Amino acid sequence: MFAHEFMRNALIAGSFVGLACGLVGYFVVLRAQVFAGDALSHVAFTGGLAAAVLGLNILAGVFAATILGGIVMGLLGDKARADDVTIGSLFAWTLGLGVLFLTIFTTQDSAGNGTAGVRVLFGSIFGLSAADVRTSVVLAVLACAILLAIARPLLFASLDNAVAAAQGVPVRVLGLGFLALLGLVAAQATQAVGALLLLGLLAAPAGAAHRLTANPYRGLLLSALFSVGSIWIGLTLSYAFPTLPPSSMIIAAAVGIYLLALATTIPRARAVWPRPANANVAA
Amino acid sequence: MTAMATSLRPDTGSRKGAAVTFDGAAVRLRGRTIWSDVSLTVAEAAFVAVLGPNGAGKSTLIKAILGLLPLAAGTASVLGRQPGVAKGRIGYLPQRHGFDSGTRIRGVDLVQLGLDGTRWGIPLPGSPSRKRDAARVAEVIELVGATTYARRPIGELSGGEQQRLLIAQALVRRPRLLLLDEPLDSLDLPNQAAVAALVRRICEEEQVAVLLVAHDINPIIGYLDRVIYLAGGGAIEGAPEEVITSETLSRLYGAPIEVLHASDSRLVVVGQPEAPFVHGDRHA
Ligand SMILES: Nc1ncnc2c1ncn2[C@@H]1O[C@H](COP(=O)(O)OP(=O)(O)OP(=O)(O)O)[C@@H](O)[C@H]1O
Ligand SMILES: [Mg+2]
Repeated sequence: MFAHEFMRNALIAGSFVGLACGLVGYFVVLRAQVFAGDALSHVAFTGGLAAAVLGLNILAGVFAATILGGIVMGLLGDKARADDVTIGSLFAWTLGLGVLFLTIFTTQDSAGNGTAGVRVLFGSIFGLSAADVRTSVVLAVLACAILLAIARPLLFASLDNAVAAAQGVPVRVLGLGFLALLGLVAAQATQAVGALLLLGLLAAPAGAAHRLTANPYRGLLLSALFSVGSIWIGLTLSYAFPTLPPSSMIIAAAVGIYLLALATTIPRARAVWPRPANANVAA
Repeated sequence: MTAMATSLRPDTGSRKGAAVTFDGAAVRLRGRTIWSDVSLTVAEAAFVAVLGPNGAGKSTLIKAILGLLPLAAGTASVLGRQPGVAKGRIGYLPQRHGFDSGTRIRGVDLVQLGLDGTRWGIPLPGSPSRKRDAARVAEVIELVGATTYARRPIGELSGGEQQRLLIAQALVRRPRLLLLDEPLDSLDLPNQAAVAALVRRICEEEQVAVLLVAHDINPIIGYLDRVIYLAGGGAIEGAPEEVITSETLSRLYGAPIEVLHASDSRLVVVGQPEAPFVHGDRHA
């Protein structure tokens, strides 16, 4: 499968995008901002379609919209931890706007390619050009570098906002920066798996990592590995069975890993709980 | 009624060596004066309890010492500097903490963050500084008696176990000043006394001044050096037996208060005005 250029492109871009998703996703789960990630996926949809309507590069539209969306969420939300009401409102409004753009785009462009909506919603990882791959890799490496640079104070602020602030960690700036970074990574994930499914790539590998280890640095590593692994498994499956779309296979792999992680940790919890009760009955 | 603040030992003569000094200090939040004309001195390595009814401004006092809230009047000195300057030498435990039960991060990592959480990047495994840090973390965890559960996810621990780990986190940098906002909050009585004894021991062994906010003085009175009592928009600072008296508290509240001595030498404060009375009083 490495003989095909589209496949090589997909694997290279996908690996880096997966790495960024895994690292950022670990903090998304820790900070309980999965809902923010979901909202950003709708922002990505709207941004992509707005760009399509205006005749601009769809990917550029997605990036601009999600990064801006992250910053706006951070600014509106109290203490740079965007709250549910803020996100919910932003999310409904942007989705409405996206539907409007979709309508304009399909009526305006009825003869030509009506695929922009589909591409934004489901990703286009098998359609990447060499230039797209370069852009993806550069942006993903940038996102990973920023995340690793702020990882420790961000971990401190996520666990213990008041103490971190008292020790001099710039918690507001970090919270805002993290949402902007989440926007950047969400845009990348949109390219790989589409706006509809990007939440799976952000949340499932990270969720599995949180289940399997309580050591944060090991967790970050595991989350990144699971995320990259999901991309590889998904792309391989989709290559082997061409009727299966890559985006759904990637998400299926990610969710599969999460379920495996659940399955291996739940029996342990069960073994701990009923035993004392049984012992009491026996005694 | 005028707010009042009287130090019963007006001049301790050791201002230079004091961990915290407030002189005629006041804090105003959203146009409302929380307390004013507060003068107090916390000596180095002293164990001081901060007492007072809900809403009296105990947490506000802690935040003012941290430099998180500005003073509206007066002056303050914390470890010889302006509040907010000596951040690295202050350990802080905020009020009503408690982690979500889903927080899957170990206690050791939390304590470790107290040591290196302000540094950028991620720690590199195997580096000498990492080893030194790990040794210090193990040492404070041992000091607070949390070794057996420090490697479990913090969200799965009991309130008291979390509290001990948070005290360890506050201690890990060898601070000169420890600010503990209601660390006894979720603890049962034996644990309250145990944590108070622990704080006393830390105070002596690590030579750190401690301000501990509490609601009930009885479980901790035997361990204390001094008491700061906040009420009625003012504060009184002094030795416990000087402050917790009918006359002093009546003056502070501006209402008759009676302090009873139970046969087991426990103190019972009766006639404290209900919170609304105190609030109305402060609006004036
Ligand atoms: N950010 C704020 N803005 C306005 N008022 C505030 C703010 N924070 C606290 N207050 C008010 O300041 C007063 C003192 O609050 P503080 O938290 O210091 O009380 P406390 O003595 O710690 O009470 P508790 O025993 O309940 O913890 C309260 O009346 C509270 O309503
Ligand atoms: Mg308080």
